[in-house]
Amino acid sequence: MENSPKMSAQNLDFYYDDFRALYGITLDFQENQVTALIGPSGCGKSTLLRCLNRMNDLIPYSRADGKVLLDGEDIYAAGVDVVTLRRHVGMVFQKPNPFPKTIFENVAYGLRVNGMKDRGLLRGRVETSLKQAALWEEVKDRLNDSALGLSGGQQQRLCIARALAVAPEVVLMDEPASALDPIATQKIEELIHELKKDYTIIIVTHNMQQAARVSDVTAFFYLGKLIEADLTETLFTRPKLQQTSDYITGRFG
Amino acid sequence: MSMDVQDKKMDGINRKEGVQFRRRFIQAGMFSLFRISAVINGTALLVVVYFLVARGWHTINWTFLSQPPVDSMTQGGILPCIVGTLCLSIGAMAVALPIGVASAIYLNEYARPGRIVRLIRLGINNLAGVPSVVFGLFGLAFFVVYLEIGVSILAGSLTLGALTLPVIIGSTEEALRAVPDTYREASLGLGATKWQTIRCVVLPAALPGILTGTILGVSRAAGETAPIMFTAAVFYTPSLPTSIFDEIMALPYHIYVLATAGTDIEATRPLQYGTALVLIALVLGLNLVAIIYRSRLRKKR
Ligand SMILES: Nc1ncnc2c1ncn2[C@@H]1O[C@H](COP(=O)(O)OP(=O)(O)OP(=O)(O)O)[C@@H](O)[C@H]1O
Ligand SMILES: [Mg+2]
Repeated sequence: MENSPKMSAQNLDFYYDDFRALYGITLDFQENQVTALIGPSGCGKSTLLRCLNRMNDLIPYSRADGKVLLDGEDIYAAGVDVVTLRRHVGMVFQKPNPFPKTIFENVAYGLRVNGMKDRGLLRGRVETSLKQAALWEEVKDRLNDSALGLSGGQQQRLCIARALAVAPEVVLMDEPASALDPIATQKIEELIHELKKDYTIIIVTHNMQQAARVSDVTAFFYLGKLIEADLTETLFTRPKLQQTSDYITGRFG
Repeated sequence: MSMDVQDKKMDGINRKEGVQFRRRFIQAGMFSLFRISAVINGTALLVVVYFLVARGWHTINWTFLSQPPVDSMTQGGILPCIVGTLCLSIGAMAVALPIGVASAIYLNEYARPGRIVRLIRLGINNLAGVPSVVFGLFGLAFFVVYLEIGVSILAGSLTLGALTLPVIIGSTEEALRAVPDTYREASLGLGATKWQTIRCVVLPAALPGILTGTILGVSRAAGETAPIMFTAAVFYTPSLPTSIFDEIMALPYHIYVLATAGTDIEATRPLQYGTALVLIALVLGLNLVAIIYRSRLRKKR
């Protein structure tokens, strides 16, 4: 698996004003793999994830140093179009955040803002995306109802469908199952498994079993530093560092 | 458990009866206090309305609403005033809504927080504190005289618009702030531009707040006398306006005129109350529209 990675962070530092949240992170994300980011709360997982599609640009007084490569090109280089970047690197947030629009409009939104107008095409893409997100059967008769009427788990799958609709290459997921019950969680995990055939997936999770179940590579962070990254199987069975083994076995963090 | 917490807990258990009683007593006391304040507020409105209705009701009839004043304004109706105030309200809204919403979008969505934004906000807040008669004089000096617009609906609308601007900027900013950042992030994350995000997600979500603020601001402006007495309203004109460059009569100014400078002040008292009643009905009506519209939009989500 040593072909060139889909994305990689290279010596990435991140600052919120004076506070340094990431220390020289260097990490590769391979195509068609799921990479899990784990570590105690506040260690910078979300910060790293949000650096990968430059969502952190929205935070005033914040700064990123170093490189993040997408297909070998630095997304922080001058002249990069952030809008195009975000089309290629989609994101699913920790809390489901559907728009206060209909189910259909939620999924169609990304297509519309990218200029797709044809009703038929839109319908097709919406249906495909909802099917991919394993939500179609539940909502096919109520596409014109408000998305806010869905349950939390359904809303999160809707957000996944919404992200998939624009056909990104990389999907970033920040604890996508943290607000969900075990059944919804399982659905989302199955979904991630399905999705990795077509996408590169990077997922933050607090749940060790989940990381072990869904990911191919796991990276462990502590206080803004990357402590250890390895194949998930290796990291969970034979971690190289004591710190890692303490965390995954629940002795600290 | 620390000693401190333990102690407090024991204390609480020992004196439970006394503490419970005191807490309940305070609770009841505060509650009545709040209730009384609310009741006083409601009563004030009711008294004002009752007073106006009692004194003005019998002057209101179809002639009053559909005819211009006659006999040196001691008889007849107030149609030109109603039309004038409506024109001014719509005009003020047309002036203040786009500018106010655009400013608020700039301040809240585009501008990087910093000294300049703070300075602009300070300016806006001070604008809100400027007495309305000063706006009237400004309107006279700038719109009427300097820009040579003349006393007209346009000059009055611009003046009233300037007066309502801070209210609209304030309420729009508040409405924009109330839109969760997660909506913006979701939209940008899908490859929408900032403007698409604002237009398709942020503004629709903020719309109820913006519209309510606007209507409240304008209904406030509709009742103002000072800003229009130099810029738009005239003592008397029997004809209805045909263009935005016409001068007009307006409800608040008409009341003022009848009550202070009319040909027979005492005899026109009923007309004054009738006019005031129409004005307040108009303002409350506008507010009602705002409230209904807002709840409609909220329900639609
Ligand atoms: N907007 C912000 N402004 C300032 N500091 C921030 C901001 N967001 C995060 N931080 C800080 O950066 C550090 C890393 O935060 P981050 O959200 O990346 O942690 P995390 O690993 O995702 O934690 P969690 O598991 O709780 O979500 C924390 O110390 C946090 O306080
Ligand atoms: Mg986080």
